[in-house]
Formats: sequence, structure tokens, C-alpha cells
Amino acid sequence: MLACLGAPPLETHLPFVAFPTSPSSRSALRLPLSRRLPSLRYPATALSARHHSLAVAAAAMASQESGEDPRLARIASAIRVIPDFPKPGILFQDITTLLLDTKAFRDTIDMFVERYRDMNISVVAGIEARGFIFGPPIALAIGAKFVPMRKPKKLPGEVISEEYSLEYGTDRMEMHVGAVQAGERAIVIDDLIATGGTLSAAIRLLERVRVDVVECACVIELPELKGRARLEDMPLFVLVKAA
Amino acid sequence: MSACKEDPRVHGIASSIRVVPNFPKPGIMFQDITTLLLDPKAFKNAVDLFVERYTGMNISVVAARVKGGWIWLDKSPGIEARGFIFGPPIALAIGAKFVPLRKPRKLPGEVISEKYVLEYGSDCLEMHVGAVQPGERALVVDDLIATGGTLCAAISLLERVGAEVVECACVIELPELKIVKS
Repeated sequence: MLACLGAPPLETHLPFVAFPTSPSSRSALRLPLSRRLPSLRYPATALSARHHSLAVAAAAMASQESGEDPRLARIASAIRVIPDFPKPGILFQDITTLLLDTKAFRDTIDMFVERYRDMNISVVAGIEARGFIFGPPIALAIGAKFVPMRKPKKLPGEVISEEYSLEYGTDRMEMHVGAVQAGERAIVIDDLIATGGTLSAAIRLLERVRVDVVECACVIELPELKGRARLEDMPLFVLVKAA
Repeated sequence: MSACKEDPRVHGIASSIRVVPNFPKPGIMFQDITTLLLDPKAFKNAVDLFVERYTGMNISVVAARVKGGWIWLDKSPGIEARGFIFGPPIALAIGAKFVPLRKPRKLPGEVISEKYVLEYGSDCLEMHVGAVQPGERALVVDDLIATGGTLCAAISLLERVGAEVVECACVIELPELKIVKS
């Protein structure tokens, strides 16, 4: 039973160019074309379902040939794009469909964990709200603290606060005083990097208390919005880039 | 005080939670779990306690709100366990989907919506269409505070799409923590 969206049929937005991971010691899995594809009830309509499944298979083949991690194709295809949300002209990268695919969600976490587990990271800072979905599982797996970076007035007790720019106006991000210690090594997690504004604010908060921010990590990057450049020399690791 | 034998992990969990007086408003002794999150062992133990309870119950959906998931700590007012923080690790560990329940206009695409009553006025909780299938067994990590309205809304959303809400992990019954079964 296909669940039809109110929105028009979604493009698959291939290619989701899978960002190359650091050299992997894993051998690529041989995934047969007939492997179970991500649920096509949601979000694809009947018409785009077959196109979607062919696109996923093509991405899987491509990723194997180029030596990229074979998990990335399924992760990328589990993310759905919603046009004109939250406003006209914006293509919203919706990770909730990734959370419905238990293998893709687990693979997403695994890929971050594999990267960070031996980097002596003691702090995973997650940005409200979707950073709260990916950050804690990573923190748990690598034995690090999870530190939520929140909108104003949500955190009880003493906080430090950093202002950052929005398209129109500004907002503030807060972190608990005493959550982190000087000299700790941290990563900052969010589901997506767009302009890099919120990530930059999180980095500034951590650096103000002399934490060593080692890297920023996101599931998705929107390269056109140049967030990577805004982070300057702060390393950024992403799983997929949305074309 | 419960007569159950105490799981040795509970003490570490309970003692890692700090009390912040007069937050969010005067008179409330807020149980702040962010300090639990700063203690990797305690955080892992807390998740493990949930996971041990729900493994093997054939639960395929864990639904939670961003702000949801209060844990009652023996005679103390509720603490906010943050559904988004506890829900995903539980879901990952038991092999279930994670379904966020959100305030209006946060979820993109098609949603179903359930209104609930607040002390003054009302609000709405939303869930994605197609996220949950009829017959799925669901766990709600959500909040029992105040009128309990948001919990009812969460259960209602899941039942409207034909899911069976097996339990609400709002309040856990272990030595100092109490569970409410739905």
C-alpha cells in the first residue's frame, strides 16, 4: 500500500554524491541488485517508485566501483527531499525517513562511530533539535559525554550563550557552564550543514571554554550554501552531499 | 519506596541527575538530566535499563517528542528525559524505527495531527503519514506531566494509524523510578 504524499512526486535527487570516507580497511560488500530496497511506500508515489529503485541500485553499483563505502547508497536514498518546505523555493532534506530504515540509521551511526572512536574524543556536542537524534548514539558508542547545544532558555542553571546570524536577524545558542572542561576534545554534530551559521556558533561556544573542537560531523551537506568555507579551517566530515 | 530489589546501576543514574531550583518557574525543583548525559557510564546504564525491558517485546516503533520523556524520581517532581535523546538509542538497540512526534509545522511533508488541551488553551502534536503501519507495536517515550495531554495525544496518533501502543516509557518502575503501564 503506497502512502501518497500531498506534494508532487519527488525527484530522487541523484546523484547524492557520497562523500568519500577516509581510506577504509573494509572490503566493499557485494550487494546484489535484488537486495531489499528502502521502503518505497514512503515517500515515493507509484510512478516514481520504480525510477527510485533503479536510481538506488545505480548508486549502489557506482559506489562499489569507486571504492566508496557501500552503506552510503542506502543512507542517501533513505533521505527524502520535500520541495518548498518550510517555504517556497527550499528543498528540505528530511532525515526522518532515514530513522524509519533501521539498517540505514544504524549504518549512519556506525560510520561516525568508526571515524571517531579512536580519536580520543570525550565530548559530542549536538545541536538542537536533530543533532539530538544522532549525537547521543554516537556519544554512547564512543564513550563520550553528550552535550546539548540549545535554543535560549531551555537549559536550566548557568549557561553561556553565543549569538549567530540568521537570514533575517539573529538567534542565540546556549551551553551549560561546566559541561565541558578546557582541553577536552570535541566533535559537533548536526543532521545537516547549510550556511554553517549554527555550527560556527557551536564551535565558538566550545572554544570560548578552551575545548579543542576536532571536527564537525553532519549527515548531509548542502555544498551550494558554502558552509564548509564558512567553517574555514575547521574540518568537516559528511556522509552525503545533496546536489 | 519500592520493595523491588535495587538494580546496582540505578544509584549511579539517580546521583548523576542534578536538581535546579526554581526552573522553569519559581517553586519547581527541576530534575536536570543533562548531567546524566555528561556521565557516559550512567547514560549507557539508563539506556540499557530501557533496552533490557523492551528487547524481545517485538516493538518495531519508538515514538518520542523532542521535549518528552519525563522520569519520576521517587517523590520528586518530574524530570525531562528528552524523548529525542533517549528514544533513538533505545530504538537502535532494540532494532525499532524511531518516529519523532513534533509540534506543528516542524515535520515536512504530510502529517496527521492531534490536538491536546493545556492548562490554558490547546496545542497540537504531529506525526508523519506513513511512518507507522497498522499492526506495529509501539513504545512511546513521552511525558506525563501536568494534564498528561501530550501523552494522550501521542497514543492517539499511533492508534489512529492502527498501531498498538505497548507501553509508555515515561516513568520507570525500578527502585526509585516508577513505571506507568498504559
